[in-house]
Amino acid sequence: MRRFLRPGHDPVRERLKRDLFQFNKTVEHGFPHQPSALGYSPFLRLMAIGTRSGAIKLYGAPGVEFMGLHEENNTVMQIHFIPDQCQLVTLLDDNSLHLWSLKQHGGTSELREEHRFTLKGPPGSPPSATQVTAVLPHSSWEVLYLGTESGNIFVVELPSFRVLEDRTITPEAVLQRIPEDNCNRRSCELVEALREHPKNPGQILIGYSRGLIVLWDLQNNKATHHFLGSQQLENLYWQRDGSKFISCHYDGSYSQWPVSSDSRQSEPLENTVPYGPFPCKAISKIYWQTTKNGLPYIIFQGGMPRASYGDRHSISVIHGSQQTAFDFTSRVIDFFIIFSSDPAAEFDDPSALVVLAEEELVVIDLKSAGWPAVHPPYLASLHCSAITCSHHVSNIPLKLWERIISAGSKQNIHYSSMPWPIDGGTNIAPDPPQRDLLLTGHEDGTVRFWDASGVCLHLLYKLSTVRVFLTDADPNDNMNTLGEDEWPPLRKVGTFDPYSDDPRLGIQKIYLCKYSGYLAVAGTAGQVLVMELNDEDAEHVVDHAEADLLQDQEGYRWKGHEKLKTRDGPVRFEAGFQPFVLVQCQPPAVVTSLALHSEWRLVAFGTSHGFGLFDHQQKRLVFVKCTLHPSDQLALEGPLSRVKSLKKSLRQSFRRIRRSRVSSRKRRGGGGNASEVQEANAKFDQDVLQEMELAPVQRKIEARSAEDSFTGFVRTLYFADTFLRDSSRHCPSLWAGTNGGTVYAFCLRVPPAERRMDEPVRAEQAKEIQLMHRAPVVGILVLDGRSTPLPEPLEVAHDLSKSPDMQGSHQLLVVSEEQFKVFTLPKVSSKLKLKLTALEGCRVRKVTVANFGSCKTDDYSENDLAVLTNLGDIQIISLPFLKLQIRYPCIRKEDVSGIASCVFTKYGQGFYLISPSEFERFSLSTKWLVEPRCIVDMPEATTNNHVHKPGTENAARIS
Amino acid sequence: EFRRFSLERSKPGKFEEFYGLLQHVHKIPNVDVLVGYTDIHGDLLPINNDDNYHKAVSTANPLLRIFIQRKEDADYSAFGTDTMTRKKNVLSNVLRPDNHKKKPHIVISMPQDFRPVSSIIDVDILPETHRRVRLYKYGTDKPLGFYIRDGSSVRVTPHGLEKVPGIFISRLVPGGLAQSTGLLAVNDEVLEVNGIEVSGKSLDQVTDMMIANSRNLIITVRPANQRNNVVRNSRTSGSSGQSTESSLPSSTPNVLGSLLQGEEESDEEDIIIEDSGEPQHIPKAAPASESIESLSQIELLHESTQNGFLPSSEMSLNHSTGSISMEYEAPEPGRKSLEEDGTIITL
Repeated sequence: MRRFLRPGHDPVRERLKRDLFQFNKTVEHGFPHQPSALGYSPFLRLMAIGTRSGAIKLYGAPGVEFMGLHEENNTVMQIHFIPDQCQLVTLLDDNSLHLWSLKQHGGTSELREEHRFTLKGPPGSPPSATQVTAVLPHSSWEVLYLGTESGNIFVVELPSFRVLEDRTITPEAVLQRIPEDNCNRRSCELVEALREHPKNPGQILIGYSRGLIVLWDLQNNKATHHFLGSQQLENLYWQRDGSKFISCHYDGSYSQWPVSSDSRQSEPLENTVPYGPFPCKAISKIYWQTTKNGLPYIIFQGGMPRASYGDRHSISVIHGSQQTAFDFTSRVIDFFIIFSSDPAAEFDDPSALVVLAEEELVVIDLKSAGWPAVHPPYLASLHCSAITCSHHVSNIPLKLWERIISAGSKQNIHYSSMPWPIDGGTNIAPDPPQRDLLLTGHEDGTVRFWDASGVCLHLLYKLSTVRVFLTDADPNDNMNTLGEDEWPPLRKVGTFDPYSDDPRLGIQKIYLCKYSGYLAVAGTAGQVLVMELNDEDAEHVVDHAEADLLQDQEGYRWKGHEKLKTRDGPVRFEAGFQPFVLVQCQPPAVVTSLALHSEWRLVAFGTSHGFGLFDHQQKRLVFVKCTLHPSDQLALEGPLSRVKSLKKSLRQSFRRIRRSRVSSRKRRGGGGNASEVQEANAKFDQDVLQEMELAPVQRKIEARSAEDSFTGFVRTLYFADTFLRDSSRHCPSLWAGTNGGTVYAFCLRVPPAERRMDEPVRAEQAKEIQLMHRAPVVGILVLDGRSTPLPEPLEVAHDLSKSPDMQGSHQLLVVSEEQFKVFTLPKVSSKLKLKLTALEGCRVRKVTVANFGSCKTDDYSENDLAVLTNLGDIQIISLPFLKLQIRYPCIRKEDVSGIASCVFTKYGQGFYLISPSEFERFSLSTKWLVEPRCIVDMPEATTNNHVHKPGTENAARIS
Repeated sequence: EFRRFSLERSKPGKFEEFYGLLQHVHKIPNVDVLVGYTDIHGDLLPINNDDNYHKAVSTANPLLRIFIQRKEDADYSAFGTDTMTRKKNVLSNVLRPDNHKKKPHIVISMPQDFRPVSSIIDVDILPETHRRVRLYKYGTDKPLGFYIRDGSSVRVTPHGLEKVPGIFISRLVPGGLAQSTGLLAVNDEVLEVNGIEVSGKSLDQVTDMMIANSRNLIITVRPANQRNNVVRNSRTSGSSGQSTESSLPSSTPNVLGSLLQGEEESDEEDIIIEDSGEPQHIPKAAPASESIESLSQIELLHESTQNGFLPSSEMSLNHSTGSISMEYEAPEPGRKSLEEDGTIITL
């Protein structure tokens, strides 16, 4: 207590603390939540994504990324890069325009908001008069054309956002030159599209919503051509040479219009409904790309037959006789084409199609046969199946790293070999100091291995545990295997698939030994799999064992889910981690804790009923211990809380609905329903929460007792070689901590290596500690004679750690949700404690030992506890004296899933989910910082023009 | 055995010197003694540091009565009870007449024969509108038995009346500890939990704090019903004059909290079962250099909690001086024994 009252009296320590600890949120990994707009600069080769919360993120070459946030937190509607500039303009849903620029500062580029602007109409005019619908940054980068709902096109000067009123293009001015017979004032309502002439910057093409298209001469302020479409206009696209343009329409048609000096022409050359003849949905955006061989690429979004495929999110690519409709599992936000950047080139020669869907980014290689997808180096959809747990392993040995990459590369053969086409900017961050793996467990029974060393979190390898089990899903019932002659030629792309066939497959705990390559994975239905890394495909039988955690407890009936059925006989596994043994807990409750000791070849697992120890060398169960209190009936019922189970059952019922829909209309598939179901799900969740809010908020004050529910829930398991019985002999031991504040210690006898297969591993209970405050035990740790935490298994054998001090006396640290306590060993007497909840009202959610190095000297480092509380604060607590060093607010306390998802690394960094699809990376250390450092240089201005907007006299000014 | 000697009132010097002087006057060098004096109200107060020594000298009118007791003779129980009886006899004016009218506890029996269930504590340092209640959960099977809720209360601030969020008792479970004591009631506002103010904390945080302290829960409330408050004379001892009606004295709760925290250690012992043997309480490890202090506190505390009551004005004095100098936070043996002070036991 006094430690709290008089903090920081030691100036030396205070100085050291400044050298050791520092809190930074460094980078966001994954896919932005709720993207709403996309932009691309062929000049900078940077892509920009805006979100519904007002964030804007720029991406270039791997490692090049920038983030900005609009103060308003409004949805970003449109993003436009200013041609030939390091600038971009965003339009928000509050009709405000923002100018952002990339400026170099202290050796790196930074994204900053320069100006903001809202178009103001004359007093008394309706808001629609100035509601911006189309934005055209002119290639002169001096002005911005703003098309509005009223049909007026305003001209504003950049970067000042000064309205040049005399240059406003009014509908009246436009109509002057157009014959009145089929045009009236209403034809000019709502500007749908503005496009600059590709060869002549003095002309712009104006498309009005009702179908009227006008080519406007900026110098003379008059319409030179007009084209009258019969259908509601969606978008326009110029062909490269400026001789023709394409319009696409609400009825699913597109038309090609010639632009000749003869202004009489107002009939389209060609009018096509690609997925006719039945009514089709709108084509909302179209590209017409020329190629050397004469056959153009026509790429458009939408246009599917309304009745049978109206719910698909598709982008079609037509090239001669080849036609594919890429089918996305989530709504398409926007897309762009990367094409020839050589200004002298005669043709577009498109190389890649980049599609931003609601839940993922998909890039299609248009150069290679079959149009394969390109594996993105960033923007990974972490949530392609919901993340259920994470595990971080620091400092992976090179050998294991290479083997994982090689296993992963065999999975990625269907990806294009094209280098990543969005490659602007230069990454100048130093190479990551070490190889780090982040493992995420998912609801569909997969474990994904992410390279978490640097700024780009990318997928190395994906492991699926599904093969071990028999599931309802018929492997042949694959919705994207459609026959050759199917029409429309849909092809499912992307990885986002939020629906698991069986929620019991969900991964709950992961433990990887980086030295031996052993991996233990445990799931929702009490399944524990031990795996070994194999570089080759193999077919083998997975050994089974059952662990009856209830033992002799009589009269219980498990009301939860059944265990998963396993496949009989040998199973074929691809190269990578291959399971060789399955331990099934009985009852098949969710596995709540897991520990693997690769040196002793033991795996320990715990559920709400008890824990067990399995010898995976001899494939023999060593012992089980039931931790259930006899009166705890709730623990048997399965799901952990009523709210949770309600949510779960809702989700399951939706899954059922979806499945029945799928089976009744086989071809319609999941994509269409996915977002609906998601929305409905979210709505129901909200309703449930609201219901809870309405209940009178009162809290029961009661001391915990042994009879409380879930006291037997095993929260933590820990292997240690320490002094359990007497101070002269140390032995292997297994420690377990429960929700009810009980710590069990078992003394283990592991036979020496040469007789490892001959003698059984024995275990005997040596100690049982009951914490009087009965709070859940969330961490157990043994400190050696030098008060250093014991090394990981095999760490010493690989010369990566000093061997622990077995001379001095060991200490046991027990972390409960409420306090930290240090006990002596082998005789357990309490030595020190630090109370958290009694004093601050917060509880420990996550705790890890982290090593902090000094940023001043290389030769100083120390171990501390990194603690995350239920209020979202991070505290660093010293070892072994348990003194609070520093505290940082990190996660909002309302963000329960963020707090639950947090994982610390061994060197004082961490990750937590800020949305289902994004990890925030943070650092507590002054030494280990992984953050983007990059430069975007203005590319050399090309001689007289550049690809996108050739022929501008202004381009020369850039240099 | 009486001695009479004089001191320079304007230059009393240090307590150490005074202590030396006493030993010299009584010809008992090397004998540890406890020093006490009677203040203007007739309360027996300790002298064990510079501040209370100076206070004592300044209150001398003109005579200062000092009581000296041999430390090893007078173990603390003797010291406590003796003081009480002697105070009654020797000193005509007893500290808290109101308490004595209500609870002539010394006459009933020795308190260690009873297990306390709950108590009102620190009556003298709290404003009259507040009540600090201690619930002794250990050893009883009764549930604590109450619920808390969010609410708002009106405070007097420099800007006038202001509505501020607060935590209130929302329900008492019939037959629970809270209800059976009669000291807590529905709609009482919770101000502190074990000496830590709850203002600015969420309902969940306060819940967690109460549960974490549930084995020795001390809650300070502002009772909804203010009519049953203990009414004190205008003359109150020690620091109670500092207390204002609208808020707690800022430094005292924390000081108190620290003392209570320390005390709690003695009654929260984890249990160990070795090799499937009998459950035992986990002993304290032999103190390392750092923890000697706290260990000794605990031993002393233990005795004091068992053995009774010390004059409450001692406590107040300490707090009043404590608020001047933070040095007082470092508890010394002897001082720790003061916190049971002012206890009313409900049997």
